[in-house]
Amino acid sequence: MTPANQSTNEQVKAKGKLRILLGYAAGVGKTYKMLEEAQQLKREGRDVVVGYFEPHGRKDTIAKLEGLELIPRRRIEYRGHSFEEMDTDAILGRHPEVCAVDEFPHTNIPGSERAKRWEDVALLLDAGIDVLTTMNIQHLESLNDQMREITGVQVRETIPDWVVKQADEVILVDLPPGALLNRLQRGVIYGTDKAERALANFFKEPTLAALREMALRQTAHEIDIRHDEQGVNPSPERILIHITESPATAAVIRRGKRVADYLKAECFAVGVLPSPNPAQLERHLDFARKLRIETRVLESEDPAEALFDFARRNGVTQIFLAKPSKRSIPFLGKRPLVMDIVRLAKDRQITVVAERKHA
Amino acid sequence: MALPHSPMPEIARPRPSPEQLLKQVEAEERHSARGKLKIFLGYASGVGKSFRMLDEGRRRKMRGQDVVVAATQRAASPEVETVLRSLEVIPPPAGAAGPAIDVEAVLRRHPEVVLIDGLAYHNPPGSKNPERWQDVDELLSAGISVITSINLQFIKERQQQVEAIRGKTVKESVPEAFIRTADEIELVDAAPEYCAAHSLEGGQQSVLNADQLQRQLSELREIALVLAADVVDHQLEEYLRRQGIQQAYGAHERVLVCVTPRSNAELMIRRGRRQADRFHGELYVVYVQQDDLKPEDQRVLEHNLSCAVEQNAPVEVLHAEDPIAAILQFAADHGITQIFVGHSQQSGWMNRWKPNPVERLIMEGDGIDIRIFPHTESQ
Repeated sequence: MTPANQSTNEQVKAKGKLRILLGYAAGVGKTYKMLEEAQQLKREGRDVVVGYFEPHGRKDTIAKLEGLELIPRRRIEYRGHSFEEMDTDAILGRHPEVCAVDEFPHTNIPGSERAKRWEDVALLLDAGIDVLTTMNIQHLESLNDQMREITGVQVRETIPDWVVKQADEVILVDLPPGALLNRLQRGVIYGTDKAERALANFFKEPTLAALREMALRQTAHEIDIRHDEQGVNPSPERILIHITESPATAAVIRRGKRVADYLKAECFAVGVLPSPNPAQLERHLDFARKLRIETRVLESEDPAEALFDFARRNGVTQIFLAKPSKRSIPFLGKRPLVMDIVRLAKDRQITVVAERKHA
Repeated sequence: MALPHSPMPEIARPRPSPEQLLKQVEAEERHSARGKLKIFLGYASGVGKSFRMLDEGRRRKMRGQDVVVAATQRAASPEVETVLRSLEVIPPPAGAAGPAIDVEAVLRRHPEVVLIDGLAYHNPPGSKNPERWQDVDELLSAGISVITSINLQFIKERQQQVEAIRGKTVKESVPEAFIRTADEIELVDAAPEYCAAHSLEGGQQSVLNADQLQRQLSELREIALVLAADVVDHQLEEYLRRQGIQQAYGAHERVLVCVTPRSNAELMIRRGRRQADRFHGELYVVYVQQDDLKPEDQRVLEHNLSCAVEQNAPVEVLHAEDPIAAILQFAADHGITQIFVGHSQQSGWMNRWKPNPVERLIMEGDGIDIRIFPHTESQ
């Protein structure tokens, strides 16, 4: 950077830095670690506040709060009940150097200014406040299908990968599953009755080990994409995700985007009209846009040909499709479009994305 | 985190074969007699391994376990000193010419758990074992659990990689195979800025500016995270074997490339390598034996298989009546998440209603992405 550049940059108010503490389950110690870091920063003389924290009734965690300034939550009435959310305006007014915000993927109660807590965090960052936040690997959008496969649970509260990518640093909060299960059995994480139920469902050793492995690999990937800009050649691949009205499309979008991100490849989402359910197709396109994928709509009576034509004109090397459901293979009658595309693909690669369901 | 409320179905347990049962019994025996080994792994000094390790010792003692400390490291922080004061310490053997553990004293004292800060040390001359990790192995065999700490740079198989990044060599090392025997490995992660100050010790580091140092530390972090993930993956497999469960979780991406004499194998293998590397995953290559290959096909096939060897992929030749079933069986046994296959050349209206091999893979490969490569693409 030249000195001239530097001075113009200084005039523009610098964005705050975002650090995410990533865990693989409740109870690995994310909130504790967040408060520990906040304490450390305070000792170093930084102006630190806690914008939101979830005590979960854990003694050790609450003790870590001692001496830190806590910004009171805001009350919001919704359907006759009172809810508490982070008071973003109060934090902006207080304007600390650093703000600790628990549970990054949280969905705000309807009636809040912003739908998601990560949108509140974006405001704090824009105002030049550094943010320290926490999340679990299950909430990452592109892993949603794999998470359901591993845990049997569909996570609804997801966070787009590009939001996580904007963090300056992703730090892993690790704990072996055995130790986590011990904590759970001792009632450290939830009250004991709640613990029984959690143990029976989610908290099984192999499930936890698989989640932990995903968190470790994701953290490695987050480092990779931040420090690899010069190292890796731009990918020779360009990925096209075929958007249809089929419910399997969401999984194809997530998987296609994830593969594109890992390969550093460009990625498009393309739908072909007419469709038996154009509204559903549009919803899928909208979902792709939310994940920051460029979308196109083609019109053609021959969808397979339209896709290939688009692929050839745009240098697409690989087309992502949904696996046809088993029911859709009749002995006679209409063949699934997927199989036609596969047969016609004499000069493009095709990836048929598996249906990832819990075993 | 929101606790998921919907109940999770039980993991299916197919009836194990006699060989599986035997493996299971052996694995259980290996598991029970020895003490448990727990390792705190850090990517550089200053990430806080010693404190985490000793703090765990302190908490275990509070919960009633019999815990002693057999090795500490120099230059402890005030927090570490505080924790150390609350624990029983077995001092090093009298007159030792360097850092050492008094193995005999620990065996005589026979605690439940012994804390050993720093696993990678050459023992001084005259010690029972040349290396400290061998002392630890002995304590484990005696049924004593060990909690210890190590930095990435001391793991033998990673040293070359670490040296290439840091330009600095260390003499002490512990074989990775020993690290992998740990019952628990806990990664101690921290932002590079926390350990930047500590890493500045040592003359060669001073030539680095802050960005270069940050970059070095990030590369080390990445290696340590992937190593920990690999160990976790291995442990998960062991666990499932012990329990006799056949189940793949897909947390680790594994690519299987199926080559034939006709496929564009070179490209497929290259792409497979890249895909596996970018996902920190693994690459496998299989070929299903075909009889009566023409000599030119045989030559192409041999060339294809040599590409696999070049790309450092294990090659397996399968013999089967039904190639698709054989590929899917291999995939299930190896936890494959993506299969790369050549485009099926059967076409024409006669075949329109009969599934070709690729279509069978698509329909029968449950939970596996199928990537189909044309024969003529030349990228």
